[in-house]
Amino acid sequence: MRVILRVGMYVFLSIAAFLSIFPLFWTAVSATNSTPDILAASMLPGTHLIANFERLLELSDLGRAFWNSTRNAVILTAVSVTICSLAGYAFEVFHSKAKDRLMGILLLSMMIPFAAVMIPLFRLATSLNLNDTTLGFMLPTLSTAFLIMLFRQSTRSFPHEMIEAARIDGLNELSIFFRIYVPTMKSTYAAAITITFMAAWNVFLWPRLIMMSPEAVTMPMLISNLMAGYVTEFGVVMLAVLIATLPTIIIFLFLQRYFAEGLLGTIK
Amino acid sequence: MKQTTEVSGGAAIKRSRLSLRRKQGLIGWAFLLIAAGLIVMMNFYPMVRGFMLSLQTGVGARMEYSGFVNYSRMIGDPRFRQTLITTFTYLLVQVPIMLLMGLALASMLNNKGLKGRGFFRTAIFLPCAVGLVAYSLVFRQMFSFDGLINTILVSSGILETGHNWLGTAWSAQLVIILGLLWRWTGFNMIFYLAGIQNIDSSIYDAARIDGANVFQQFWKITIPLLRPIILLTAIMSTNGTLQLFDESFNLTGGGPGISSMSMSHYIFNTAFTGNPTIGYASAMSFMVFLLVAILAFIQLKVGDRR
Repeated sequence: MRVILRVGMYVFLSIAAFLSIFPLFWTAVSATNSTPDILAASMLPGTHLIANFERLLELSDLGRAFWNSTRNAVILTAVSVTICSLAGYAFEVFHSKAKDRLMGILLLSMMIPFAAVMIPLFRLATSLNLNDTTLGFMLPTLSTAFLIMLFRQSTRSFPHEMIEAARIDGLNELSIFFRIYVPTMKSTYAAAITITFMAAWNVFLWPRLIMMSPEAVTMPMLISNLMAGYVTEFGVVMLAVLIATLPTIIIFLFLQRYFAEGLLGTIK
Repeated sequence: MKQTTEVSGGAAIKRSRLSLRRKQGLIGWAFLLIAAGLIVMMNFYPMVRGFMLSLQTGVGARMEYSGFVNYSRMIGDPRFRQTLITTFTYLLVQVPIMLLMGLALASMLNNKGLKGRGFFRTAIFLPCAVGLVAYSLVFRQMFSFDGLINTILVSSGILETGHNWLGTAWSAQLVIILGLLWRWTGFNMIFYLAGIQNIDSSIYDAARIDGANVFQQFWKITIPLLRPIILLTAIMSTNGTLQLFDESFNLTGGGPGISSMSMSHYIFNTAFTGNPTIGYASAMSFMVFLLVAILAFIQLKVGDRR
């Protein structure tokens, strides 16, 4: 009985792991194959990687999309993490009844589905002439209750004596935050940066609404457009998907711990 | 004379402490002003605007208030009903399977003697690193008529001819459910894994001594003790499924017809394509918000019972 259970467990886990990895493996393999090879279900790397890449450059503005995605995600992550960590810090270090109540209200925003605000947000962004701009891209997710909460919870474990000591040394509150708090909370920042960047890199619906000019295209939009344009060269599409996915996969593989911590941040 | 100065000196110190506290309080407000203001401006304010829009009909600048017309229109709209049913199908089929699988995987991975724990954990968690559009397109390729799945099924003799997965209503929905399971099971597993690690292992030891097998331990210890986290993941998944858009748009295109289309996808089409009807789309958006709120409330009521 014991042995059967153990074997069953390994079988179950192996199947789950295989199914999880396989679509990504197949994407990577298909990116190097020609359409006939892919249709023949080839599971081996082929020789069409460069041909697929050249075709992809012909069909789409890959360089621009990659640059746009990188720029948008980096700027959004930097600004958002700064604003939200400052707020999370303040909610904890300068806490008062009124601030706790405000935090409770802000948390309610996590229950608002994007579908419920996208039309007014679109009209707002358009009336402010923010279409096709990085600011327009960032606006809805610049500040999130989730990130504020992540920093508020982590600040609980930050030694308040350090703040008192710094005040006696004559540092003002803003320099205490930037020179004492930020360097001490490196792992919380790593977690926040990882999940914010990954979300920003992959966001689709909002840029699909306001980044309508071809110059503002982002990676998720580029691959979506390729497919909608009925590009029948499977290898080319899979290569584009692979390029759109690689940055977040690399971040995941190297920073998995921080990514998980970021997701779990608010339940501690 | 000396005494009075001391007293007034003490009061001065006290007063300056008070004002210091107040000063710090104000600095605190200044620190959180931008973040809090943005959340109000980007979430609560549009929510109110959206509700106001939902009470209006007309196009562009010629919008006028017309009561609850848009809401009664929903009742008579077969497309709205269809996308509502489809979205709830995804919710009711996919979420329970995903949460149970996440729980099962987490309790297996919590096994101290398990070899390759790190590998299994990373592998099953990996789909979370893939963007929603990217995985939707991969699944679309795999399940296309001349795609990988049909090739495998036909060449292994399971099917005689390929099945048109994305061209048939039930299987288009099935493929979206499979996609959601693939993308989100590991995500939930990570939450459960963190929860299980907080359970005192002596509880399991005691249960084992009392003769409880692994399944009894799972149902009687793991699930009850993880209830708060299960509640959290259930609310997150409900919220996520009711907002489903990227998969409907990119994997099946909502098709065939509108048989796999999610509510958000239909709202998007109503608001931004063809003849945009912003008022009606806003009413449906508000409906999604109400559904999320009601379902979260029910889950809190049911899940929090001790």
